[in-house]
Amino acid sequence: MAHSAAVPVRPEAAMLADDVMLKADDLQTHFIMGSRAAKSVDGVSLTVRRGETLAVVGESGSGKSVTSLSIMRLLAHPGRIVGGRILYRLRDGTVVDLATTGQKLMRSIRGREIAMIFQEPMTSLNPLFTVGDQIMEMVRLHEPVSRNEARARALEMLELVEIPAAAKRLDQYPHEMSGGMRQRVMIALALACRPALLIADEPTTALDVTIQAQILDLMRRLQREIGMSILFVTHNLGVVAEIAHEVAVMYAGRVVEQASVTDLFARPKHPYTKGLLACIPDPKRDRATDGSRRMLDPIPGSVPSIMALPRGCSFAPRCPLVEPACEAEPPVLERAGVNHLTRCRRHELL
Amino acid sequence: MRSSDNNVLLSVRGLVKQFATKSGPVKAVDGVSFEVGRGQILGIVGESGSGKTTAGRAVLRLVEPTSGEAVFDGVDLFGLSEKELRPYRRRMQIIFQDPYSSLNPRMRVGDIIGEAIDTHGLAKGAARRVRIEELLARVGLSAEHARRYPNEFSGGQRQRIGIARALAVEPELIIADEPVSALDVSVQSQVLNLIQELQRELGLTMVFISHDLTVVEYLCDEIVVLYLGRVMEKGPSRAVHAAPRHPYTRALLATAPIPDPTVKRERVILQGDIPSPLDPPSGCVFRTRCPHATEACAKVVPPAEEVGPGHSVACIRHAELFS
Repeated sequence: MAHSAAVPVRPEAAMLADDVMLKADDLQTHFIMGSRAAKSVDGVSLTVRRGETLAVVGESGSGKSVTSLSIMRLLAHPGRIVGGRILYRLRDGTVVDLATTGQKLMRSIRGREIAMIFQEPMTSLNPLFTVGDQIMEMVRLHEPVSRNEARARALEMLELVEIPAAAKRLDQYPHEMSGGMRQRVMIALALACRPALLIADEPTTALDVTIQAQILDLMRRLQREIGMSILFVTHNLGVVAEIAHEVAVMYAGRVVEQASVTDLFARPKHPYTKGLLACIPDPKRDRATDGSRRMLDPIPGSVPSIMALPRGCSFAPRCPLVEPACEAEPPVLERAGVNHLTRCRRHELL
Repeated sequence: MRSSDNNVLLSVRGLVKQFATKSGPVKAVDGVSFEVGRGQILGIVGESGSGKTTAGRAVLRLVEPTSGEAVFDGVDLFGLSEKELRPYRRRMQIIFQDPYSSLNPRMRVGDIIGEAIDTHGLAKGAARRVRIEELLARVGLSAEHARRYPNEFSGGQRQRIGIARALAVEPELIIADEPVSALDVSVQSQVLNLIQELQRELGLTMVFISHDLTVVEYLCDEIVVLYLGRVMEKGPSRAVHAAPRHPYTRALLATAPIPDPTVKRERVILQGDIPSPLDPPSGCVFRTRCPHATEACAKVVPPAEEVGPGHSVACIRHAELFS
């Protein structure tokens, strides 16, 4: 763990600045299979501020989804948090470490304090119940309200997420709705108990672009109105640019860069982030005035398997700036500007 | 471009594909026309239900078209018997989206590529082996990869294998259906570069089907924008991008996320969902989501109107709205 035994034990509240909702500190989540452990999350630290959106961006195998499932403590066997802390501020002001919170308290936190939405709404919606029943159940699980009050809340939630003819939709089943509508229902369900933090794992990835735009717009509006914090997990840097205040870039189980959204896109301080941005076609950049195309500048190779990570920096085999020291030992997070962290020993070259 | 023009390799006219479903007939593709010049990449862009995949498959007769024509190198493919079609099958190949399900997991990579060579009797023995090695090198893999199985490769490498298999028969036309959509961003760009090399070095002609307007605009010479089985707009990709004339194209461009937080864009957020193809709107199929729709839009199917060289749009209001 990051803090040594010499540091006196302090109340956890003192470790969370007033404007911080959630702070993961050196989180380690492993999938243990016999004598081998896949270190899916290997020392992740990140901060979600009150009323802001932190985007966690990464490619397949980066550990971005496992990080969000660790926070919710929804890891499937054999996944386990084996180290680090996840400090979270409850509504009443007390700070808990979600990494070690008991299951009973965790159940009261899920839905009421922190809610989660997924890429595929059908994984969270029960096909056998109407959407109204599902929202009502969620409300009544956490709040002492009557059926009628819960139904009124469900209707209010469907209206909040701009579902047309909400009163009629209340009695429909998930399969009677389009993908975009289901995603709205899932957001309504997630927000029914007014959580302070919403974790959204690729919530628009399965949607068409015109529907994605609606959902992103909705999430921005809800954040403004309700003041909730959002941890938004995505692989899409375009979506990041639209929704995030802060960004954490993950690669092979680690955060390799964290910065404000404007800083990250304007001055990437990790060769991986810089490479990712260069990979995305940009008609303005990639077309000459005569219309001819410029080739893209890809990152060579592919994302490494977490079962066979290099000894030093995980990105070293694909990195244009690699030097022998990079391959010898993993880099630490270094400061590369105000609120700008990078896990690259050569970031000054960027 | 005219289809009599020798520079046109594929000319599709009035393509219709109707499927019978339990709830009645569905026109997945409803009167689609486009032309692909030799050595050009034509992009077909659309959201789910646009008919882009079906259009691609109908051209190759992987699904039987209901009506229309597809003139390939002067011959209407839809008028050929299965036997007459065979020599054309070699000249046209398809690349699929999912590089995991489109390669036989029990075959070695060399045999996956070799099978295509054998089917058309293109090479035997040592020449066959040399050809396989050439193809692997062509897509950025090495000769020793021929002995391995698909599960030993990453998604990007599998897509390269799929491309090598398509190239094995020396096709003139490749239809690529979302070939980079399942790949990680960093790997996507490698495959997009490979496609450009193939176009430049082999003079390949390609139909590139995608939901991603950014990728299509970057890669393709010409763009066809589909919505609910119909062409909304088509033209040179630079013209369509710089001066889109259909409200749907404009909305697509406005909603495609751009990786630059400082870009302040006109927010055109379309209301509602894509209608069911089982019950498409009358008149213009886009009118139920169009911010500019009037009563007249419900009455007539808008004809394609020329707005520039090779640039046409199917919207009755384009002149008053966007000139």
